Amino acid sequence: MTTEIDRQWTTRLRKTVVEKLPPEKLLPDTQPAYVASWIYVFGVTTLAALAIVIATGCVLAMKGPLWWHLSSTGHFVNSLHLWSVEIFFFAMVIHLWGKYFMAAWRGGRQLTWVTGVVLFLTSIGAGFTGYVSQTNYDSQWISTQAKDGINATGGGAFFNVLNLGQMLMWHIVLLPLAAVALTAVHVIYVRIKGVVPPFEEEK
Amino acid sequence: MTKKVFNPDVDAPVFKGKYAPYDIIKEGTIAVVVVALLTVVLAVLFSSPDEKAVTIKSWSNATPMDFVATAITELDGTSGTATYGPPYNNAATGQQIGPFTLAKWMGINVKVNTASDFVVAPLSTLADQPALKTALTAFTSASSTQKASWEANYSKALTTGRFSSGTLQVPATNAGPVPVMMSALTAMARSGALDQALVTAKGFYTTDYTKPLLFMADGSFLANKAQAQHLSGDQWGMMNETGSYPGQAWLWLYTMWYQVPPFSTSWGANADALVWAFMMILTLLLALMPWIPGLRSIPRKVKVYRLIWREHYKSV
Repeated sequence: MTTEIDRQWTTRLRKTVVEKLPPEKLLPDTQPAYVASWIYVFGVTTLAALAIVIATGCVLAMKGPLWWHLSSTGHFVNSLHLWSVEIFFFAMVIHLWGKYFMAAWRGGRQLTWVTGVVLFLTSIGAGFTGYVSQTNYDSQWISTQAKDGINATGGGAFFNVLNLGQMLMWHIVLLPLAAVALTAVHVIYVRIKGVVPPFEEEK
Repeated sequence: MTKKVFNPDVDAPVFKGKYAPYDIIKEGTIAVVVVALLTVVLAVLFSSPDEKAVTIKSWSNATPMDFVATAITELDGTSGTATYGPPYNNAATGQQIGPFTLAKWMGINVKVNTASDFVVAPLSTLADQPALKTALTAFTSASSTQKASWEANYSKALTTGRFSSGTLQVPATNAGPVPVMMSALTAMARSGALDQALVTAKGFYTTDYTKPLLFMADGSFLANKAQAQHLSGDQWGMMNETGSYPGQAWLWLYTMWYQVPPFSTSWGANADALVWAFMMILTLLLALMPWIPGLRSIPRKVKVYRLIWREHYKSV
């Protein structure tokens, strides 16, 4: 017989979470022997680069959008932000191709794949809004060029790439929140399902 | 109940082999340290580009006649922005794919009236200029036919006009108040006051640069600078940035379609809409790959996985 405590939302949620993702899956101390290739480095590299992107972005945010034009320290932090973004995308694209060639969606891992693709698109949006928020000639040129593409889809009525305030908010609030949330979901799926096993080959 | 048939592109075999020690926290820490060091090295070696923003002041001082030629098209409604259509105005339908006029359906949410927003309203903010005030009253109270005639006469004369000793000299006849307005707008632009007037039209605080950016994009100055830096649309523009930096290299596939027929030729008028539609289809295919027969079999058939799991296959 279930008790009142068993029926509580909190109890149910805790039981489900512990059942789906027990501590030994969340923080494993072993992994299958087939996880032995350089390609596996690119997933964790993407995560590490995301951490650096967020950290350097936070420093830029503390001083405001014009700081990096006016101070050599600011310019250096901007350079750190730029290069961590380049590493992030480089690692992410290789990770994506690696996972494609492993057909990493097999064995009930379809949602891991889908969240990864959506995360890639979200990151492209975050990168783009960063480029148009630079408050320099690059942001002027990229935004005046990109407006035609977005306007052609009808999106320009809601997403005005020439509006610095709107783009900066998307860049430093909305898209990072989405990217971090999706990353968490993606990593949790990886931990729940584990790393996809190799194809079975006929002997 | 029948047993589900194993599909090698959907199902994964149950792994019954060995497990090896794995320190996930140590791995993550090492990754952060290595990426941080690599970032510092790249930042020290290559820095980052920061080309100063163009202003209407710098544009009108560098090429005053290009500014005036653009300003008259904003006034007579023939500029790129004036004829753009949604989301700025009703002057055109906007791009479409067959019967789908997405831009038009979404409406005009970023209203721009170039004659009033770029010329008349900024000039109206200038105080203590009686001749300009008279000219503006004459212009705003004239019929649209009269305005069009003045603007056409001014545009015609502009081809022989010049800017000399800080003065705009355009030998226009029957142009009504337009010469006074254009001279005042040019002086306003060259002083920097037009930059301010365009962004503060709705109040003191601003973060919206739509109007000055559209105005500058209608002229040649911004584009010529981009051409010199290899940034124009036919030079894989949007994914690049000034200098020799990688830019948004991840946009290569999107940018590529603009360089190739038919997007760059017969489909050119609706290229943006078509490229976006095409990219949306490709993106959907990528996202839904696990459910698409044929596409999801490619990894198993091309056998790149044998390279990735070579140690595993050696051991079984």
